[in-house]
Amino acid sequence: MLRWLLRRVGQIIPTLLILSVLIFALQQLMPGDPAVIMAGEERGDPQVLAEIRAELMLDRPLWEQYLAWLGRVLVGDFGFSWRIRLPVAQLILDKLPVTLQLGVMAFIVAVVIGVPMGVISAVWRDRPADWAANGIALAGISTPNFWLGIMMILLFSVNLGWLPPSGYVPLSEDWRQSLATTIMPAIVLGTGVAGVLMRHTRAAMLSTLSQDYVRTARAKGVAPVWVILRHALRNALIPVVTLGTIELGRLLAGAVLTEQIFTIPGFGKLIVDAVFNRDYPVVQGVVLATALIFVLLSLLADLLYMAINPRLRAS
Amino acid sequence: MTEGRFQSPGWRAARRFTRHRLAMAGLVVIAIFVIAALLAPWIAPYDPIATSWSRIRKPPSELYWFGTDENGRDVFSRVLWGARASLMAGVISVFAAGCFGVPLGLLAGMAGGWVDGLVSRVADAMLSVPFLILAIALAAFLGPALENAMLAIAISATPIFVRLARGMALDAKGAEWVDASRAIGNPMFVTATRHVLPNILPPLLVQATLAIAEAIIAEASLSFLGLGQQPPNPSWGSMLNGAQRFLTQAPWMSIYPGLAIFLVVLAFNLVGDGLRDALDPRSEAR
Repeated sequence: MLRWLLRRVGQIIPTLLILSVLIFALQQLMPGDPAVIMAGEERGDPQVLAEIRAELMLDRPLWEQYLAWLGRVLVGDFGFSWRIRLPVAQLILDKLPVTLQLGVMAFIVAVVIGVPMGVISAVWRDRPADWAANGIALAGISTPNFWLGIMMILLFSVNLGWLPPSGYVPLSEDWRQSLATTIMPAIVLGTGVAGVLMRHTRAAMLSTLSQDYVRTARAKGVAPVWVILRHALRNALIPVVTLGTIELGRLLAGAVLTEQIFTIPGFGKLIVDAVFNRDYPVVQGVVLATALIFVLLSLLADLLYMAINPRLRAS
Repeated sequence: MTEGRFQSPGWRAARRFTRHRLAMAGLVVIAIFVIAALLAPWIAPYDPIATSWSRIRKPPSELYWFGTDENGRDVFSRVLWGARASLMAGVISVFAAGCFGVPLGLLAGMAGGWVDGLVSRVADAMLSVPFLILAIALAAFLGPALENAMLAIAISATPIFVRLARGMALDAKGAEWVDASRAIGNPMFVTATRHVLPNILPPLLVQATLAIAEAIIAEASLSFLGLGQQPPNPSWGSMLNGAQRFLTQAPWMSIYPGLAIFLVVLAFNLVGDGLRDALDPRSEAR
């Protein structure tokens, strides 16, 4: 187990190193001189430009710049925002809890909709219930979530007046208000993932329902509902949990536009604002942090797979 | 097997596909949008860019089917023209990603060793950033323009094709017909292009169709954020961006461009699912 874990972590390190090179290389795509962008009003002053270049090491060879940047990133220093002069790492840590709350709520929505729908469509395969569930899943996957967000605001905020159209109240301040401001974005984010989860659950259920032990349970006279829930679903959930964990990473990407629509000051809004302000260190930092979260989630998925699959635990 | 004639697997797959009713419906929807995009200059009732003071934010009517926007432009005409940006971005960026990713994946799979190690690690690294975030970051650094958004989407979609082609090449490498091709002295390049590539085309086709759906959403997202098609040129994403501010006064401005994105993406997903069912030999038994 420990050896497996060490080998798995050993695989992650080269991936992250290459990713760091790619993220560093992003800077080179940038049109224009970063020193000029940073200098702002003082861009005409050659001395200011020279100072900025020296501070950012822009006058050094690329590989030296990269090593210095990597060295700082490794100790958690993601640089400073050009716009608001705050450490990027701190900006990310400030915004992360907001997106985390949104992500957890969206994931609950996705599981509550996706898993039962997958079970229903597998049990009633090739029947109207299956077609309906498949149709809903496909619609969920095909709807651009920013449009769904706008449509929900139109219905629930503009027409019905039930929920605030935008803004965010932290959980610690007022949990009712907090839920009211995050329920729509959570549904928007969750529906797309629900479609994916439904498809995974359906496939896994179809395969467990055709297993011998399920037939044995049926033959023994176990109630059909029990066979489905205790015997088939429990085993079908093994791959679903793994794939679901990876889907959490996709929620992060979805959060970018959803937070923009509902003006929620989270991780996604951070990268969009940084893009608008041409605040490149923040963009780089967010990409790196997302990749890190994603890689850790897939590691977690593997660990969960080991933990809930008894056949793998022994080896 | 009618009349005992031999039917090639390709022919049988094509027949399965044409009998897939949902996939056919998807194909029809795509055809309608392609025609709309191609014929936009002739069928759009109004100029998509010209502004007008006398018809600002008019609700849908017989004159303006989808209403007009905050600058008095006909939303229906802009949706028709917007099909160009979306379809072009979807198809061209996925085509570019395939042209770059597939040979790279084949090379990695066939060559093995350090080439494979390097290519696979780079693909892994890129896949560890969610597609949309990678595309946004690339587009941000490249600068706002439709061409840059397409390039950003193409780069972000490339690792999927690398991984797919590599996996298929690894599978094929153990096959006897590949050994045979090498045994008669074919260089690796010939084996890869003449013998391995045709065999992996079906799954690539499925992947490409589904990738187009994703690329269209990505283009709309980038344009929504102001990183794709630049105003006043019409694109569904940028139309939604402008429309959100007038949600209370002119909801039709947000409804129709989004509906267009939804329909096209749904159509490509239907065709992709249909292709997968038709091309999967395991479904032959059904």
